[in-house]
Amino acid sequence: MSIWEYANPKKFLATSEKVMPALWVLSIALCVGGLIWGFFLTPDDYRQGSTVKIIFIHVPAALMAINAWFMMLVASLIWVIRRHHVSALAAKAAAPVGVVMTLIALITGAIWGQPMWGTWWAWDPRLTSFLVLFLFYLGYIALWEAIEDPDTAADLTSILCLVGSVFAVLSRYAVLFWNQGLHQGASVMRAGAVAGDTEERVSNVFATPLFVCMGGFALLFLVLVLYRTGTEIRARRIKALLARERLEAEA
Amino acid sequence: MVDLGKYADTVLSAYAVSLLMLVALVVLSIRRGRKVRAEMEMIEERGRKHG
Amino acid sequence: MIALLLRDLRLAMRAGGGFGLGLAFFLIVTVMVPFAVGPETELLSRIAPGVLWIGALLACLLSLDRILALDWEDGSLDLLATAPLPLEAIVTMKSLAHWVTTGLPLVLIAPVLGVMLQLPAGAYGWLFLSLLLGTPGLSVIGTFGAALTVGLKRGGLLLSLLVLPLYVPTLIFGAEMARRGASGLSVETPMLLLAGISAASVALLPFASAAVLRINLR
Repeated sequence: MSIWEYANPKKFLATSEKVMPALWVLSIALCVGGLIWGFFLTPDDYRQGSTVKIIFIHVPAALMAINAWFMMLVASLIWVIRRHHVSALAAKAAAPVGVVMTLIALITGAIWGQPMWGTWWAWDPRLTSFLVLFLFYLGYIALWEAIEDPDTAADLTSILCLVGSVFAVLSRYAVLFWNQGLHQGASVMRAGAVAGDTEERVSNVFATPLFVCMGGFALLFLVLVLYRTGTEIRARRIKALLARERLEAEA
Repeated sequence: MVDLGKYADTVLSAYAVSLLMLVALVVLSIRRGRKVRAEMEMIEERGRKHG
Repeated sequence: MIALLLRDLRLAMRAGGGFGLGLAFFLIVTVMVPFAVGPETELLSRIAPGVLWIGALLACLLSLDRILALDWEDGSLDLLATAPLPLEAIVTMKSLAHWVTTGLPLVLIAPVLGVMLQLPAGAYGWLFLSLLLGTPGLSVIGTFGAALTVGLKRGGLLLSLLVLPLYVPTLIFGAEMARRGASGLSVETPMLLLAGISAASVALLPFASAAVLRINLR
């Protein structure tokens, strides 16, 4: 039994149909449970007050925003090398989920930053990198939407995803370099306050619900991608059936 | 209800916006999925009748 | 290859629009900035390197869709694709032609515009050098974007959206190099990184652009 069996759309649909109900329940249970735990049952941070509760959304969303792009990169590679349609469609299905995750990370970050840093937006390396990631997602989705022929669209977006990944990594380092070059002390201090670094700082009281939320978001991402991939497969089938009907009508 | 102190607006708005976006994502995904599935079944049915 | 380059250059000259458009845009941006931010010498000289870089980048962006669109419309791109020349070479020549007609004039005129923006005296060399190193990268990355969107009816906006994030590293290192040069700091690190990004783009991206064009011409 090999993983490539799921490259068959029928097999993929049948199996994903079977596991999805359990995944939906589990992911929503973990998300809701983790968020309730985080929201109601954790103490306030001595410095951040109750705003610390935002990390239970902010950190998992940011994590999934990056992982979603990574998953799209792997799926694009599989499409380019082995040409399995399911893989290309999975990458397409993941992009909107990734963009929502990026947006949530950016917005919750801005809302948190307002009282904590005294500003909605700072050109902190981390924030800037996410903004660039957001632009990459938008370009990727826009390219999918713009091209009629599905195979051409899959090819072009895959190459964009590969090239974009290289440039995204480059941007990450460029942005780090750029801001440290501008205002050293303050930005490092503030970067330290960004929730991503909280693991060392944050005690177990916060860590456990945070991990529950991360698991919940990851499962939610998984089940959404499975579901949306199924939708894309059916949309492709509709296209194929309609084309065949037209051919038969002409014949 | 927990006491959110002076940051109540901040925390609640962050949660509200995020949950709203997540729910919207799920609802839109499912709505499109249902529509596409129904359309596919309709076309397949049509194909069986004629073909 | 040389013939192709000369043909593209001649076409660009004759059409006129593309050749002057980028330059005119660059000129307008840099001349309008003092009106917008105020005439204080100190402020202007501080933002001058960044303004010149963003002006050059946008001027470059403005002319990207001309790289391939005309050849696509009149069908000569299909002919070029079947020519004995590998598509990678053709794409490289297209980028080079774009750089010569858009990038190079921008590089040459930037120091002149620097005078109007009160660029510090020591910065001219560094600004010139940073643009000289960076603009070839902009042209090559832009050609990749143009290749992605070549078949599309209204590809202009999409092209900008695709290319903009790809320009971020070049812009950061280029502007940083010019800024450090202007304030008399060491420019070595951003210069090397800028040169590295440009060189790697010039060396590798034509393969991606050619692959994309092949898919689009299928």
